[in-house]
Amino acid sequence: MSLYYVQKLIYELNRNPDTTKRFEKDREALLADYDLTDEELTAIRKPDIGLLYVLGVNGQILMHYAALWKIPWDDYLKSMENGIKEHGPVRNGLYAQTEGK
Amino acid sequence: MTLVFAGACSHAPGITGRADRGDPQQRKNLLENYNKMRLAIKSSGAEALIVIAAEHFANFFMNNMPAYCIGMAEYYEGPIEDEEWLGIKRVKVPGNSKLSEEIIQIVMNDTDVSYAQEWKFDHGISVPLNFLTPDYDIDVIPVNINCQGPPLTPLNRAYEFGKSIRKACDSTTTKIAIVGTGGISHWPCTPDSGKINEDFDKTFLKSFISNDKKALLSYSDKETYEKAGQGGFEIRTWIAVAGACEGSTGELWCYEPIPNYAVGCTLASMEIS
Ligand SMILES: [Fe+2]
Repeated sequence: MSLYYVQKLIYELNRNPDTTKRFEKDREALLADYDLTDEELTAIRKPDIGLLYVLGVNGQILMHYAALWKIPWDDYLKSMENGIKEHGPVRNGLYAQTEGK
Repeated sequence: MTLVFAGACSHAPGITGRADRGDPQQRKNLLENYNKMRLAIKSSGAEALIVIAAEHFANFFMNNMPAYCIGMAEYYEGPIEDEEWLGIKRVKVPGNSKLSEEIIQIVMNDTDVSYAQEWKFDHGISVPLNFLTPDYDIDVIPVNINCQGPPLTPLNRAYEFGKSIRKACDSTTTKIAIVGTGGISHWPCTPDSGKINEDFDKTFLKSFISNDKKALLSYSDKETYEKAGQGGFEIRTWIAVAGACEGSTGELWCYEPIPNYAVGCTLASMEIS
């Protein structure tokens, strides 16, 4: 699990217009720059917001990724709930400390 | 002494980004109080505004996360978020690098603060500025306390940090206003978004208003997270303001729990003595 790099990717997508451009034009090459597992890559490519949440991506970072994909706010909240139903409780990061939600 | 105003307020992105989804009566009260704070800062004669904020991975990341950072740029930019999503137009915000440096140098006697000459404001600063300095006509000095997740700076350190900022303010000739922004209980950007623990908020606010240091510093991070969510870690910004005004008491202006804004929308001031 390389939660750090999933979050770093999203952090940079939020901050650097050049990274966002590479994400649009040359996505696989950009993703190859980050140490990501197959599961993480799948979740990023889809995008599977619910799975990213379960993998432990912090909401304050994840919301930027949802916004990048133009996912409306209510759908964003719902996708996290669905993610827990589908993939089980949050596995890593801050939210895993309590009830995994 | 040149601290001329001290207060604290909420910064939830829903306040501007999902503006029309809040109860109109509650929103009216909230906006009236933001306006009241805008006028209070103005009539204080403040020449610079220190915003003690808790940003959300817009500038600071886990590759090198400062517990405390103070901006030292000539200007800043914000919001970093999509303008439409946040409901705030991206602008250049004037800074004051010379004043920043003076302040940082003094704060460094007590706190190993980092500094930044580049800073893109996120909603944590852009939402308050949108209401408090809508014309962006006052120099802003952004201050960040990492409140996002452990390891977190202990609350007593946040209080002391506020005290050293006060020391720095009082040693300059510039008139300075301080606004802390964050919290109180909320579960931002998670499935629990919209949950508000009014009891937690009211107890905390009571301690803030009476500047009850012991009570303010009594929270463990475990307790805060359980009762007030990740957003609750942001009480550090309020605690820093209390530290900056140690010995004085405050006044609660507004507390409107608005689930669609995902927070109890709060404004309060602290006496300067
Ligand atoms: Fe926040």
